[in-house]
Amino acid sequence: MSAETKEAAEETAERRINMIEAINEALDIMLERDPDVIVMGEDVGYFGGVFRCTAGLQEKHGKTRVFDTPISECGIIGVAVGMGAYGLRPVPEIQFADYIYPGLDQLISEAARLRYRSAAEYIAPMTVRSPFGGGIFGGQTHSQSPESLFTHVSGLKTVIPSTPYDAKGLLIAAIEDNDPVIFFEPKRIYNGPFSGFYDRPVEPWKKHPQSAVPEGYYRIPLGQARHVAEGDELTILAYGTMVHVAEAVAKEKGVDADILDLRTLVPLDIEAVENSVKKTGKCLIVHEATRTSGFGAELSALVTERCFYHLEAPVERVTGFDTPYPHSLEWAYFPGPVRIGEAIDKILKD
Amino acid sequence: MAEPADKPPRGGDNRPALALHVPEPKSRPGDPVDFSDLDIGEPGKQPRPDEGAHPSEMTDLAYGLVRVLGEDNKAHGPWDPKLDPDTLRTMLRHMAMTRAFDERMFRGQRQGKTSFYMKCTGEEATSIATSMALASDDMVFPSYRQQGVLIARGYPLIEMINQIYSNKGDKLKGRQLPIMYSSREHSFFSISGNLATQTPQAVGWAMASAIRGDSRIAATWVGEGSTAEGDFHSACTFATVYNAPVILNVINNQWAISSFSGFAGAERTTFAARALGYGLAGLRVDGNDALACYASQLWAANRARANKGPTLIEYFTYRAEGHSTSDDPSGYRSAQEREEWPLGDPVKRLKDHLIEIGEWDEERHAAMDRECAEEVKETTKEAEKNGILGHGLHQPFRTMFEDVFEELPWHLKEQAEQATRERIKKFGEKGPNR
Repeated sequence: MSAETKEAAEETAERRINMIEAINEALDIMLERDPDVIVMGEDVGYFGGVFRCTAGLQEKHGKTRVFDTPISECGIIGVAVGMGAYGLRPVPEIQFADYIYPGLDQLISEAARLRYRSAAEYIAPMTVRSPFGGGIFGGQTHSQSPESLFTHVSGLKTVIPSTPYDAKGLLIAAIEDNDPVIFFEPKRIYNGPFSGFYDRPVEPWKKHPQSAVPEGYYRIPLGQARHVAEGDELTILAYGTMVHVAEAVAKEKGVDADILDLRTLVPLDIEAVENSVKKTGKCLIVHEATRTSGFGAELSALVTERCFYHLEAPVERVTGFDTPYPHSLEWAYFPGPVRIGEAIDKILKD
Repeated sequence: MAEPADKPPRGGDNRPALALHVPEPKSRPGDPVDFSDLDIGEPGKQPRPDEGAHPSEMTDLAYGLVRVLGEDNKAHGPWDPKLDPDTLRTMLRHMAMTRAFDERMFRGQRQGKTSFYMKCTGEEATSIATSMALASDDMVFPSYRQQGVLIARGYPLIEMINQIYSNKGDKLKGRQLPIMYSSREHSFFSISGNLATQTPQAVGWAMASAIRGDSRIAATWVGEGSTAEGDFHSACTFATVYNAPVILNVINNQWAISSFSGFAGAERTTFAARALGYGLAGLRVDGNDALACYASQLWAANRARANKGPTLIEYFTYRAEGHSTSDDPSGYRSAQEREEWPLGDPVKRLKDHLIEIGEWDEERHAAMDRECAEEVKETTKEAEKNGILGHGLHQPFRTMFEDVFEELPWHLKEQAEQATRERIKKFGEKGPNR
């Protein structure tokens, strides 16, 4: 956090909002500041989005700036590429990350490579917002975490906030970025941080200290991790919902963990990762997505390549299982406190 | 469990066995060709509705064929754009130049100067006449066979050849396949190899123009085979929903590599008729008739400019050559098709028209062909001074890592350093193109 933004946060520390409101504010500010910003997607206009992230924006900014689209992810992302080539900054919403696949060709082959293939004659400065992740009984079509598909693509940036403060600052930075950005919103923590103990009540963001969000404009540069907790015993690398679960587990176990919220997977804050692992000598990676070829595999490889001689135990991954997301057995699938706790025990024992 | 392959087909009892229809073109290599069932209509007989007409008032135009030039080489009917002779001669010259360019580049590929080339022989009118009907700053989202658009827009031939040769003059830094041009200055969008992706992008650009209250419109070109892609249908939906100022040009050249148009659904209806289900204006046009191509594009452009809505135009034409230098059409279609194509050759038809109206003659035409060939030849020589594909490394190494992102992130910096180390190992400190 820069001195300026920290000061801004402290000034308005009393104002606590949830992640949905923070995202709404970021969009509102950018629509106000930049006439090139366009918000579009299924149900985002009059109704304000199924999660209410765009509530009130059409009324305030007009229906040519904020509008509903046909149910066509390929169309939504395809027209956004054309809008970006024109000179606008579209912010398309894909209602659930699980539905992004029909738009993949436009993202992977077009948006991500347009700058490269045209030698920067044309760019696609778009921010594709999409709620992702499980923990809301959404079944296999409303719970997936497909972030690693996008981190594998040259030319795309992948951003995942874990607090309202970050969601607002990162979304503003993403919209201002001249590269295409995938902005995954962990919907499990839209309304409050989630400890992973599904049978405990969720504390709303309005009462949570990490939800102090300044009014007005501020940005969090892409590519900078957030230090969630300072510790010496082991490093925990996480993002999105899993930041809160890992934090809660470490706290309950009384482990002195150095917890990093990666915030952006591409570009990755490799310096923060290296510094932390070299300090603790132990590394646990936690993500909700399926295990095989997940982003944890990339992180594990990076840590091994760069910190091998500092490691005192094998790098561990806690992830979702390699199955489709089950509806009724959601809490058996979800990487929760038991799985994380076991991994911590294993690492610390080594 | 899957049934064993040798088991007889199901059906039986009193129920008839179902049968799958797999389309088959009417002729294959060695077969005689019969185009007699093709209803090409009489030139000049098709009505020209008002540019603001509702799509439902012009459904017949989606099934017929808008034609202007007759067998008598005269222009007929309400679609005659009544172009002045200078404009017609310019159009003819662009078409002749495109053909000369294709010939030279095709040969260049055969001589190993580049990896790949695609001719547009027989389809020149669908790019040149159409782009001449647009304003020069209207944005075009072409497919891979619209080199004529660049030629009509005055894009320097040498830039095209530099791109085809991926040499040090290539503005795209040797990253794109030959013929996948891009020119922002000429409002020509970067060509993608993935099919039909440009169609929703054109609609998005047109939507952006409308959002801004701009006056420029967008046009896109897609092959009839690619209309089967989901992107095309997304484009139609978005175009109609937002009344986007866009023209969706479908070039029905009968063949998608070796698959005839039947595999995109041509046996059942026309490609122009796809417009009807979306509520788009739909026109089906003789794609080898430069005047009909010009007139229909101008009609659609005027319609878009007046906020009356998008238009889908099918240009009915014929791909006289192979799909690309990697293709051999003698392996899948009758050689007679090209000879007997009932709509003739677009260059010859325009030439004959100009001669008929007393504005051209065979001698001038032959001289023009020679001039075009000479200009392409000289330009090719100039371009070759910048290098040809495969002979040397024309782009500095660092360019490989530029433009992935606006700024170079750490992982690409590391990979760029690795590439430099490898270069020094291979070529020494004074190696090529540091």
